[in-house]
Amino acid sequence: MQQVFKKSSLLTDTPFHYCPGCTHGIAHRLTAEAIEELGGNQGVIGIAPVGCAVFAYNYFNCDIQQAAHGRAPAVATGIRRVCPDKIIFVYQGDGDLASIGMAETVHAAARGENITVIFINNAIYGMTGGQMAPTTLIGQKSTTSPAGRTAELQGSPIRVSEMLATLDGAAYIARVSLHDLKSVIAAKKAIKKAFDYQVAKKGFSMVEVLSTCPTNWGMSSEASMDYVKNEMTKVYPLGTFKEIGL
Amino acid sequence: MAKVEFKEALCKGCALCVIACPKKIISVSDRSNEKGYFVAEVNDNSLCTGCAACATMCPDVVIDVYR
Ligand SMILES: Cc1ncc(C[n+]2csc(CCOP(=O)(O)OP(=O)(O)O)c2C)c(N)n1
Ligand code: SF4
Ligand code: SF4
Ligand code: SF4
Repeated sequence: MQQVFKKSSLLTDTPFHYCPGCTHGIAHRLTAEAIEELGGNQGVIGIAPVGCAVFAYNYFNCDIQQAAHGRAPAVATGIRRVCPDKIIFVYQGDGDLASIGMAETVHAAARGENITVIFINNAIYGMTGGQMAPTTLIGQKSTTSPAGRTAELQGSPIRVSEMLATLDGAAYIARVSLHDLKSVIAAKKAIKKAFDYQVAKKGFSMVEVLSTCPTNWGMSSEASMDYVKNEMTKVYPLGTFKEIGL
Repeated sequence: MAKVEFKEALCKGCALCVIACPKKIISVSDRSNEKGYFVAEVNDNSLCTGCAACATMCPDVVIDVYR
């Protein structure tokens, strides 16, 4: 018998600290596998966010710089300017990327920075205990929208992928999900493709990954997966929003 | 011939592997690991096809698959 599934060499042996059933772990694994398939970790630099993934430097077996809240694409830009040939990936949650870091995100995409952003959209601030994010669904309860978000009071969810796809600097933008086997396989393909765009030096690439936060959603792992499948994909349709060609 | 091995110390009992297995041979046991989580286990490895659906859905990379 041969081992047909094992941990990627781009992940360390440190156990993830994420809550049971949290799909941050799946997103880490897919990112690591995609980079590994490009060939080794010699030229890889990651940028970790502020958020539950703040300890990503413990988990990825490559150089990682942790950035101030929301500033990961700006840090990645600096690293890119001095390291033109490295593989550079940015890993950010929706609070990090779409609230405090929205300006950095939009401008990095507009400049066509040759980096790959893995954007974890779990519709909430996980690390800080479940406050509303720009991506929180209408009707979704959070500690800062305890009666459920309303468009009148808090505004409507931001569709980051669709928005960034309008920018000329964006080379590849896709939204994927992790709610079942089929979607995880598709997510891996999209993440791989985003890195292919970077290797080909085509500009900014981002994969938005619909993800769960069972703890702050107050749901079981299984119910969280169903919530992504049945509710989140209605507001955040899966698909490729920009693909300029390799 | 196929089999799965669970690195139990890493398991958090989330049951995503249980839902993913098309052969329905995984369950969350009543044994807990050092972290205090009830760990998943495979009940009948002889029925395992080595499809790796369980490992693909496990957020904590607990499962090794052999075929
Ligand atoms: C400048 C600054 N403002 C606020 C915070 C508090 N803070 C930490 S994590 C976070 C949001 C995390 O949410 P998200 O980016 O969605 O990631 P998740 O934890 O859900 O993965 C906030 C507001 C901070 N650390 N620094
Ligand atoms: S708080 Fe939410 S996002 Fe953070 S590790 Fe727990 S489940 Fe995952
Ligand atoms: S999916 Fe992984 S962590 Fe969750 S119960 Fe199964 S083996 Fe344990
Ligand atoms: S490899 Fe496939 S058949 Fe075997 S336990 Fe995992 S999901 Fe079930």
